[in-house]
Amino acid sequence: MKILMFGWEFPPHITGGLGTASYGLVKGLIKNSVDVTFVVPKAYGDEDKDIRLVNASDIVLNIFDKQFEKYQKHLSYIEINSKLVPYQTPEQYFDLINQEEGGRKETVKNIYSEKYEFSGKYGSNIMEEVRRYAMLAQEIAKSTEFDIIHAHDWLAYEAGIQAKKYSNVPLVVHMHATEYDRSGENINKVVYDIEKRGMDAADMVVAVSNLTRNIVINKYGINPDKVVVLHNAVEPINKMSFAGEKKTVKEKIVTFLGRITFQKGPEYFVEAAYKVLQRDDNVRFVMAGSGDMLNKTIKRVAELGIANRFHFTGFLRGEDVDRMFALSDVYVMPSVSEPFGISPLEAMRSNVPVIISKQSGVSEILNFALKADFWDIDAMADYIYGLLQYDGISKMFKEHGKTEVDSLKWENAAKKLIGFYESLL
Amino acid sequence: MRSICFYFQVHQPFRLRRYRFFDIGKEHNYYDDYQNEYIMRRVVDKCYLPMNKILLDLIKEYGTQFKVSFSISGTALDQFEMYSPEVLDSFKKLADTGNVEFLSETYSHSLASLKSKNEFTRQIKEHKAKINKLFGLVPKTFRNTELIYSDEIGAMVADIGYKTMLTEGAKHILGWKSPNYLYTNAINPKLKLLLKNFRLSDDIAFRFSERSWNDWPLTTDKFVGWLNEIGEDEQVVNLFMDYETFGEHQWEETGIFDFMKALPQAVFKNSNFSFNTPSETSEIYQPVAKLHVPYPISWADEERDLTAWLGNELQDEAYDKLYQLEAKITKCKDEKILKDWKYLQTSDHFYYMCTKWFSDGDVHKYFNPYGSPYDAFINFMNVLSDFEIRVKECK
Repeated sequence: MKILMFGWEFPPHITGGLGTASYGLVKGLIKNSVDVTFVVPKAYGDEDKDIRLVNASDIVLNIFDKQFEKYQKHLSYIEINSKLVPYQTPEQYFDLINQEEGGRKETVKNIYSEKYEFSGKYGSNIMEEVRRYAMLAQEIAKSTEFDIIHAHDWLAYEAGIQAKKYSNVPLVVHMHATEYDRSGENINKVVYDIEKRGMDAADMVVAVSNLTRNIVINKYGINPDKVVVLHNAVEPINKMSFAGEKKTVKEKIVTFLGRITFQKGPEYFVEAAYKVLQRDDNVRFVMAGSGDMLNKTIKRVAELGIANRFHFTGFLRGEDVDRMFALSDVYVMPSVSEPFGISPLEAMRSNVPVIISKQSGVSEILNFALKADFWDIDAMADYIYGLLQYDGISKMFKEHGKTEVDSLKWENAAKKLIGFYESLL
Repeated sequence: MRSICFYFQVHQPFRLRRYRFFDIGKEHNYYDDYQNEYIMRRVVDKCYLPMNKILLDLIKEYGTQFKVSFSISGTALDQFEMYSPEVLDSFKKLADTGNVEFLSETYSHSLASLKSKNEFTRQIKEHKAKINKLFGLVPKTFRNTELIYSDEIGAMVADIGYKTMLTEGAKHILGWKSPNYLYTNAINPKLKLLLKNFRLSDDIAFRFSERSWNDWPLTTDKFVGWLNEIGEDEQVVNLFMDYETFGEHQWEETGIFDFMKALPQAVFKNSNFSFNTPSETSEIYQPVAKLHVPYPISWADEERDLTAWLGNELQDEAYDKLYQLEAKITKCKDEKILKDWKYLQTSDHFYYMCTKWFSDGDVHKYFNPYGSPYDAFINFMNVLSDFEIRVKECK
C-alpha cells in the first residue's frame, strides 16, 4: 500500500503535537511495511533520513498552465497576502475578494511564481502558504504513485482535496486539533470553513480521540459513520539518558510543559500551585514553554507572591524536554480542551506521575494517571499534594505508568490505521 | 436429611466525605453524614425492612422449620441507631422469634485479623457486647470480615472460644472436595468450618436477574431441583450472601422477594432439606476432614483472596500507615479518637482503592463514593494525616 501524506510541521522543527504525531504515525506505518511519501511545506535537511519527505518549497509550477486559471475561482476563498494577523475577519475577507475582481494581479503572481519558499510556520502569511500548498498538490500527485491521500489538519486539507481531484483516490483527513480546541467559542470562520470543507470532501475523518470525534460530529455536522478514532501513541525512549540527572534544588518539582495559551489552561496551574504552596513550601513549580499568555501568567505569579517558588524556562526543545522530565516529580496538564495530549505520555515514559484534565483525549486511554476537570483547582492541588506526600501513589504511577505508556506504540496505531485504509480500498 | 444454612451479611461503612489536604489540621469531621444517611434510608426502604418482614412472615408460617442467620457489623448497628432505629426494632423482632441466629464479627468490619491479634480480639469483644445489649443474645458462631480465613486466623478465633466459623468454599482450597461438608481448622480441630457453596449462593446473589444467564429465570422448582442433584451423603448447603441482594443488588422487580417467599414451601415439598442455623448445623453434623488454608481466602471477586483490599501500592501504604498508629491509640482515652479509630479501620476504605479493572469492577463501584481508586487513596490518606496529628497530641 502506498500513502501520500500532506503535513505541515515535522520534527525537529515543531511547535506542538502535530509534528510529533505525524512523525510517529509515519514511522509506525513504515514498520508495518507501508510505503509513505510525506509532503511538508519546508524541509530543512536535518529531518530523519529514513522518511521520504517531499519539500514543497522545491516544487516548480508552470504558471502558464491553463489549469491555474481555475484556481482563482476555487481558491479565492482563501485569503492571500494578509500582512496583519493570520486569521482575518469576514469583513476583511470580503474586501479582498472585491479587490481581486478588480484585478490585483500582482498579489496573485506571488503564489503563482515558479518556486515558492514556504516558511512552514504559522506566521502572518499563513493563508497564502495554505493556498500555494493546495496548488502544488496536483503537481506532487502527478509524480507520485499512491493508493490513499492522507492530510493532517486544516493546513493540509486543501492540498488533500486537490490531490484527490487529480487522482480520484480515497482521501483521509486527520483531525489533530479543531478550531474549537484552539480558540474556544471564538473561532476563526475562515479556518472553520476550511476544516469543514476538508472533512466533507474526505472519504474518512480520523480523529485523535472520542472528544475530538464528538466535536467533529456535533460542531461540524460530519456524518458519524465516516468519523473514526485513532488515539495517538508515543515514541519509546531509547536510553534513559537523563536518569542520573541530579536535581540542583532539594525541593520537589511540579512541572507544566506546553504552550502558554488559552487552550492549555496555564492559569489553573498557577492557582493550584498557590494553594499547594500555602501548605507546603518544599516544592517548586516550573512552567516550561512560551506563548501569548506568558506575560499575563508572570504577572499573576508575582501578584500571588509565589515567584520565589515558581519558575519559567521558556520554550524547551528536543533533549531539554526529557531533561526537564527527569528532574520532575509531578507533571500537570490542565488543558481546557486537548484533542489528545502527547506530553503526559512523554512524562510517563520518564517515570513521572501525571495529573491530566478530564477534557483531554489522552484521559480516554490512560489508567495510571490522576484526572481532574480543568477548572477544579482544589482537586488538582489535592492531587499534587497527595503525589508529593504519599509514596504509595507516586510509586504506583512511576512503575505502572511506564509500563502502560510502553504499550502505546505507534506501530499499533499504524496497524489500526492500515485497517481503516483497507476499508476504503 | 440435609441442611440449608442461610447466612446474610448486613454491613454499612461510615463513608468519608471529600477531605482535601487543606482540611488537615483544621477539620476533624471525616464522614459524609448526608451520603451515609441517604444510603441507609434507601437500603432500609428497599431491602432491610421489606425482607425482614418477609422472613418474619415465613417464620410465622413455618415455625421452627424455617431458620436463618445474620451478621450485622458494628458500623451498621451504629448507623441504625443514628439514622433508622425502626430497622433495629425489625431485627429485634427477628431475634425474639428464636429462629434467627446473630453471629459474631469485628466491630469495624475490619482487616485487623491480618495485622493485630489484640485489636482483633478487642473488636470482637466490643461487637459481642453490642449484640448482647441490643438483642439479648450471645453470639456463638464467628464470621470474619468478608469471610476472610486462614489456618492462623481460625486458630486465633478458636483461642477466643468460638466453636464454629464461616468462610468461603474457594475452589483453589478445596480442589476436588465439596463445600457441602463440615471441616475443621488445620491447627485447632475444635473449630468447625462451614464453607459457602459459591455456585448456588451466587446463583441467587449475582445471577438471579441476569437475562443472559443460561438458567434465567431462576424458579424455586429449578433451584430445589439442583439441591436434589447433590449427593445424598453430602451434609449441608451453605448459602451465604450480602443481605443487600434482596432489593438492592437484585431489585424487587426481578422477583427476588417472590423467590424467597416461595422457597421454603418448595424445599419442604420436594426435597429432604431442612433449614438450620450455623450453630445447629455445627452440632448436627460431624466434620469430615481438616481444611488447609495456608494463605488467607475470602468471598470477594474471582480470586477469592485479599486482593480486593490489599496488595497494590495504595492499599498497602494506607493499611500500614493506619496500623502504625495502633500503639499510640491503646494509650489514648479520647472518645472521639477511639471512635474514629474504629470507623477508619473498616475494610471498605481499602476496597475503594482496588485497581483490578475487569468484571469485578461493577461490584466495587456499588455505593462507591469515589470516581477512582486514586481519589479513594488520596482522600483516605488526607484524613489519616489529620487523624495522625490528633493521635500524636492525645494524652
